[in-house]
Amino acid sequence: MANIPANLLYTSDHEWVKIDGKVATIGITHHAQDQLGDIVFLGDAPDAGTKIEKGDVVAVVESVKATSDIYTPVDGKIAELNEDLEEEPELVNSDPYGRGWILKIKLSEEDLSDLLSAAQYEELVENE
Amino acid sequence: MAAPDFDSLKKTPLFDVHVAAGARMVDFGGWGMPVQYAGILAEHKGVREAVGLFDVSHMGEFLVEGDGAEAFLQRMTTNDITALEDGQAHYTVALYEHGGIVDDLLIYKRAEGIYLVCVNAGCIDKDWAWFSGHHDAERDGCTLVNASDDFAQLAIQGRHAAAIVQKLTDEDVSQVAYYRFTEGVAAGTQAIIARTGYTGEDGFELFVPAGAAVQAWTAVMEAGAEFGIQPIGLGARDTLRLEAKYCLYGNDITDATTPLEGRLAWIVKLDKGEFIGRDALVAQKEAGVPRRLVGFQLQDRGIARPHYPVLLNGEEVGEVTSGAHAPSLGTSIGLCYLPKGSTKVGTEFEVQIRKKRVPAVVVKTPFYTRPY
Repeated sequence: MANIPANLLYTSDHEWVKIDGKVATIGITHHAQDQLGDIVFLGDAPDAGTKIEKGDVVAVVESVKATSDIYTPVDGKIAELNEDLEEEPELVNSDPYGRGWILKIKLSEEDLSDLLSAAQYEELVENE
Repeated sequence: MAAPDFDSLKKTPLFDVHVAAGARMVDFGGWGMPVQYAGILAEHKGVREAVGLFDVSHMGEFLVEGDGAEAFLQRMTTNDITALEDGQAHYTVALYEHGGIVDDLLIYKRAEGIYLVCVNAGCIDKDWAWFSGHHDAERDGCTLVNASDDFAQLAIQGRHAAAIVQKLTDEDVSQVAYYRFTEGVAAGTQAIIARTGYTGEDGFELFVPAGAAVQAWTAVMEAGAEFGIQPIGLGARDTLRLEAKYCLYGNDITDATTPLEGRLAWIVKLDKGEFIGRDALVAQKEAGVPRRLVGFQLQDRGIARPHYPVLLNGEEVGEVTSGAHAPSLGTSIGLCYLPKGSTKVGTEFEVQIRKKRVPAVVVKTPFYTRPY
């Protein structure tokens, strides 16, 4: 019962990416939040405006069970962090593709070639 | 994230019940066990505010019986077995000669010369080798039997536990005090009904025949329905026990720590006579215990997970042995060893959490005390 919206792009680290013009919104997938279990806080995000490169750690998700890094799949600058998660980290569990988004990145170049389509990500999850 | 290969794992008699209930099953020290059902936070809260049911059938049981049973256990463990009355249990440890801990145990005195020793699941084989290696039926005047496969164990924990157990037995459970037990029929089977637990709540642990486990589980769930009982996995078991500051063998206490270091002097009776490891403890006490297990709270955001380095005045002095977000407190807590002279409540130090050093402070334990 995969919950993988067709309109998003994905990474093999179980993040989703939504491209809106020059801005990428990033979160973790339904599958990822399910594997992590109850999320109790998010931390370690660089300040807005910080320049980041593909593969940099841009947040850490702490669940009761585990610590998980969020890597940026794109180059750019941190545009915005989801402040709602400070009070309600459980939004990442309850609404991973909506109110549980984690951060927005202003893209420096639109190289999305490493990202997976929904179909490709679904295949990856099924083969895990 | 691949599912464990359950065919190679040991299973409790309740394995299929957990799977059918939608539990997430994991490999826990060679056992296929439920880590969560509804979710760790919801289960933790359920036990703190109402009641929960745990399958702890993976725990081991050794039976020691005979005229020499008391003397045998007195030699094998640190607490004073002669202080136990019939129907009473106590917490104790078995030591190596060098003072390190073989395992932490609960010993139940069922009658004169009849004892049940409850051991950790992951230690059953090691403990059996240790106990049987020191046992000679003729010399010691007692039998020693590994009955681990014969027993299932259900823990009913939370403020409604007594009411639920009372519905399932004719024994008067109000007469069973903390760390006492009675034996009789409960949940339709012969049972040891003990007022013990590992959560910080009031509660009972039922030892039942392995073949009666499923029926007993079902009966407890039915009797507990009106109290909102829910099944609890090992994830919440860990956060519950840590808030109550119960040690986890293998993490907080090990073969490389003594009970004096682990703040378990209260179960070490040096004046009771000879026991294995006593000389090492006497020597350590005379020389001064070099470090002690402390409870701490993080002063900034983060979770201090096991094995993260602990720094005192910038110098690494050890590692976190247990650490978690404490659901009942909303803070981040943990246990670690700190050197002599730096273990007082209020002592400040740091935990290396990945790239950051997060300030921590020694606090009073248990972290959580039940309000009733």
